[in-house]
Amino acid sequence: MQTPNKVSQLQLTGASGQQITCIRFDGDISSASKDAIVGTYQALDKDSNKHILLDFKGVEYLNSSGIALVIQVLMEASKSGQTIAICGLTPHFTKVFTMVGITKYAALYPDEAASLSAL
Amino acid sequence: MNVHSGSKVEVQLPSRLGFEKVAMSTAAGMAKLMGFSADRIEDLKTAVAEACINAMEHGNQMNASIPVSVVLSMKADELEVKVMDNGSGMDTPAPTPDIDRKMSGEEEARGMGMFLIQALVDEAEWVSGTGTDEQSFVRLVIRMNKESE
Repeated sequence: MQTPNKVSQLQLTGASGQQITCIRFDGDISSASKDAIVGTYQALDKDSNKHILLDFKGVEYLNSSGIALVIQVLMEASKSGQTIAICGLTPHFTKVFTMVGITKYAALYPDEAASLSAL
Repeated sequence: MNVHSGSKVEVQLPSRLGFEKVAMSTAAGMAKLMGFSADRIEDLKTAVAEACINAMEHGNQMNASIPVSVVLSMKADELEVKVMDNGSGMDTPAPTPDIDRKMSGEEEARGMGMFLIQALVDEAEWVSGTGTDEQSFVRLVIRMNKESE
């Protein structure tokens, strides 16, 4: 019943010239997505990936267990001195992420282009 | 008065994660028939999904052979969704997630489902069952609101 996650990574350059590691997610983001969300983040070298953009544009379904995995990434990134930005959320999930307070620890952008302009 | 008022749909889900999407789709279809706006339907979908996940995990302890029953009732100006399980019920009100406590590890990262349900629908009520003859349930209501529809 869960649509499996596809994850891809790419290196982007923000308008300020900083290197940004973009992680794009597809499929359902739920409790079954720990490897996709947390595992992918943890596999990144913390010293060479200081700025990370999580792109949820391809995500079809997201629930509170999936949001908890995003919070886990924010926790670990905060301890490692990395910054996390998030893009590609639907207006509904932009509202939900704001309601649970994630915007205090990660900037939300409509899409990758808007993220790169701001970073 | 909505022309569909009085119509009722019942769905039985195995207590297996992923099947909450069946209830989501059913609720979304009914809300669309009633004329709810796209953003209210998104609110309802998330609330119904979280209610079903809670019923599977906490109510039925992920025993796939115990179904989660979802009864959706169209009324004049509202859609009511009852999600029933065999558990002992949930404590209310749900605490508001504290992102600072979550980030510091003082609060579990999970545990936002009930908060989201309460925040996204017009009415949410948790009722504890008294035994096998009377199930625990959460009752969700979204209402037509002329100002926002």
